[in-house]
Amino acid sequence: MKKHRTSPTTDSRYKPARPFNADEFGRVRRILGGKVLFVQGDAAVAYGALLAGCRFFAGYPITPATETSEILSQLMPRVGGVCIQMEDEIASVGAIIGASRAGVKSMTATSGPGFSLMQENIGYAAMTETPCVIVDVQRSGPSTGQPTEGAQGDIMQAKWGSHGDYELIALSPSTVQECLDLTIEAFNLSETYGIPVILLTDGIIGHMREKVVLPEFEEIELTWRREPTKPKEEFQPFLVDSTKIPEMAIFGTGYHTYITGLTHSETGYPATDSQVDHHRLVQRLCDKIRDNRDRIVQVERDYSDGDKDTIGIVSYGVTSRSVNSAVKMLRQDGLKIDHLRLVTNWPFPEKEVAELSERANRIVVPELNLGQVYHGVREAVAGRSEVIPLWKTGGEMHVPHDIVELVKGGVK
Amino acid sequence: MIVRFAGFGGQGIVVSSYIIGKSAVLDGKKAIQNQAYGSESRGGECRGDVVIANEEIYELEPTNYDVLVAMTQPAYEAFVPLLKPGGTLILDSDLVVTDKKLEPKKIKKHAIPATDIAFKKFGRKIVANMIILGYMNTLLSPVSESALEKAISESVPKGTEKMNLEAMREGIRLAREGKG
Repeated sequence: MKKHRTSPTTDSRYKPARPFNADEFGRVRRILGGKVLFVQGDAAVAYGALLAGCRFFAGYPITPATETSEILSQLMPRVGGVCIQMEDEIASVGAIIGASRAGVKSMTATSGPGFSLMQENIGYAAMTETPCVIVDVQRSGPSTGQPTEGAQGDIMQAKWGSHGDYELIALSPSTVQECLDLTIEAFNLSETYGIPVILLTDGIIGHMREKVVLPEFEEIELTWRREPTKPKEEFQPFLVDSTKIPEMAIFGTGYHTYITGLTHSETGYPATDSQVDHHRLVQRLCDKIRDNRDRIVQVERDYSDGDKDTIGIVSYGVTSRSVNSAVKMLRQDGLKIDHLRLVTNWPFPEKEVAELSERANRIVVPELNLGQVYHGVREAVAGRSEVIPLWKTGGEMHVPHDIVELVKGGVK
Repeated sequence: MIVRFAGFGGQGIVVSSYIIGKSAVLDGKKAIQNQAYGSESRGGECRGDVVIANEEIYELEPTNYDVLVAMTQPAYEAFVPLLKPGGTLILDSDLVVTDKKLEPKKIKKHAIPATDIAFKKFGRKIVANMIILGYMNTLLSPVSESALEKAISESVPKGTEKMNLEAMREGIRLAREGKG
């Protein structure tokens, strides 16, 4: 059995402009309590944010995401940060974009209905290349749905929720430990690429308690946005080098920085009349992520020995836990199972799924919705394997037995 | 081991499941804990589940239980059918009347008047859950006694540690004496 996790750490080209020193990190660690904790996923997200150096949180309470706000309302003042309860989710994401531009790592947390409200400003963050982290603790929708039940219904919305063309990154934790680890990763990625990063947890993991081990300062890498390297008079806020990622001047530091949701030139000023300017800008917003997809995309492979005639399962988030159990049962029955877990939902791990389709004759895709990642898998597989969905909604996880039955050929 | 604590809000149901889960983690085991409760924080139906294992836990929403702690009649009636055959039922004998028709085969039943003891001995009904925790842990040993003590001390309001630990020890004593 091969178990391999690709873990591209954030690009070493981008050194933190403002290193978070070991003393400050240690102070946060002490506030959080011992090294080993037994906490909810929502708490792990809050702790991960503080350890990543997040010092601004704005949110509006919503089940099952409220605990993150609640915890940060208590802890932010103790680490010199700010936590604001806003009037709604639109204002919350607006506030974190502003705070990020003012030089502070910023986050909000919500669930489906609030995430829907945030979409316009997520597009604004993408267009203005403002790093920020948005946590969506998914619950059953559409609309108000089942407030206390978990779901995986916002995968497509995370990528396509705002209008126009842009790229962002979305991550799916499957354990409470990963809620903490991937929150740190989300900050690193947003700071590196100057984009909103979406952390897609769910009501099950958000409210479940599990063991969490807090990292040591030396064990993690923290990234900050690139600050200007040019003299003030030469600085243009959207002028890029070969990385296609602009340097980011903090508001109020004397650099001329103008940002707008309108199509803009390198100066930041509107340039809405030019087809060339618009195309170049939007192409770059997409390219800065697409060019780096190998650095960004994380998957976990738990593959069988051999390289063909296997049965594949693609899973992500909380559903991976049920799949792990099913994989164990199926292997006990002598089946060759390849389990590909998507840690990154967006950019879609198309290459990794395509590789799986070279080995697997059938690929089963269990998810807590009525078909979202299924479509990405089908596109990547391009007819090489049979893709079989296993959809479930209503707030309960897949029972491992159902996955086993489907994989063994039972038609649902 | 899969344990469901069930009763109504205010009986320390969720915190009991949390304390067992935290104790298991202190023992170096794997644990997950979940809860469900109505919109009322006190008086509504509520439950807390905890799963303890030596290996990774993949089933986050178990449907059958090894142990059920029932602290109200509705909790007993709703969840005793979900107990695994041969499982253990622990209940507060003053608050639950059992009905053999609802129960799976060969379950082991233990009934102690935890709420009554809590009131008479400690003047606080609220420590009934600590009596149950000590009792259950001595009966079934899901976690070490030292971890349980530490988890209780760290989880109860400051200043109440001594009373809670004494209540837990009362539960241990009842189990050792074979009560229930």
